[in-house]
Amino acid sequence: MEIKLQQNILASNNKIAADLRKIFEDKGIYVINLMASPGAGKTSFILQTIENLKNDLNIAVIEGDIASKVDAEKVREHGVTTIQINTGGACHLDANMIRGTLGFLNLDETDLIIIENVGNLVCPAEFDLGETVKMVILSVPEGDDKPLKYPRIFIESEVLVLNKIDLLDYTDFDINRLKGTVNNLNPDINIFEISCKSADGIDSWISWLKDKIRKHLKS
Amino acid sequence: MAITESILSIVLAEAEKRDATRVKTVKIEVGELTNIVGDCVKFYFELMSKDTLASGAEVEIAEVPLQAKCPLCGKVKRVENLDFICECGTGMKIIAGKELAISAIEIE
Ligand SMILES: [Zn+2]
Repeated sequence: MEIKLQQNILASNNKIAADLRKIFEDKGIYVINLMASPGAGKTSFILQTIENLKNDLNIAVIEGDIASKVDAEKVREHGVTTIQINTGGACHLDANMIRGTLGFLNLDETDLIIIENVGNLVCPAEFDLGETVKMVILSVPEGDDKPLKYPRIFIESEVLVLNKIDLLDYTDFDINRLKGTVNNLNPDINIFEISCKSADGIDSWISWLKDKIRKHLKS
Repeated sequence: MAITESILSIVLAEAEKRDATRVKTVKIEVGELTNIVGDCVKFYFELMSKDTLASGAEVEIAEVPLQAKCPLCGKVKRVENLDFICECGTGMKIIAGKELAISAIEIE
């Protein structure tokens, strides 16, 4: 006997994500789901962001990692609440893992949560975490053709951070070609060109984020 | 892996609800834009379904092509080579190709 189902496989994840989104909205917390390949500079980017905002905002960081806790320790040294999730081999975070961290956060006193997803451009794009914004970091050494190989993550993201622009002169990376590809996939995406090393471009990212958070708190 | 886990739990819940003695087939629809590798799902499913009603079930995977619609002129097209720009020059919105669903199961 054949039974028609049309059952979304991610339905249970999406249900939890919707509950989380409601909680974050009620508490006025802006939540970033940060995705990138390993080595693209997620942790340095988070540290730069924290340094620029920690006097104005209460920030918490959720670190997703397959096994280690190196990144979490680096972030914790900067004086913000840091929670480590070890995925036990899974290549992405899911909404249930994020729900499990809520008990460790003081939600009434948190303004911004940065979730560092597992380093991978493939699977994280499929899973809604209840975030306010999905972001992807691409670094210059990875090449300007990455969006063609992993289109989904660039389609889902509201922000693209191009990191390590200090290396542009040493590679054949073509920023205009990258922008052409990405704008074709996602015309509404916001692109920031930065170098976490020299801090170039960080200011414009921070002012964009501040503006978004201000509007978010008001709404 | 997480995906296969949730496929299995949906299938088993459905089979138990209907007092099935065995699940013969699991039919899955996968959008072209999802990153699901059919062979991996099949492999994990076989592994994880051992000692359950779905042990030995055949997993059939059907790919749903990527389609987009123009918000301006309403034209719908099959997206090839990730070209989301409409003939009229507007960026198109995806209307199919992100599916990840169990379309049907066959039970005994
Ligand atoms: Zn059009």
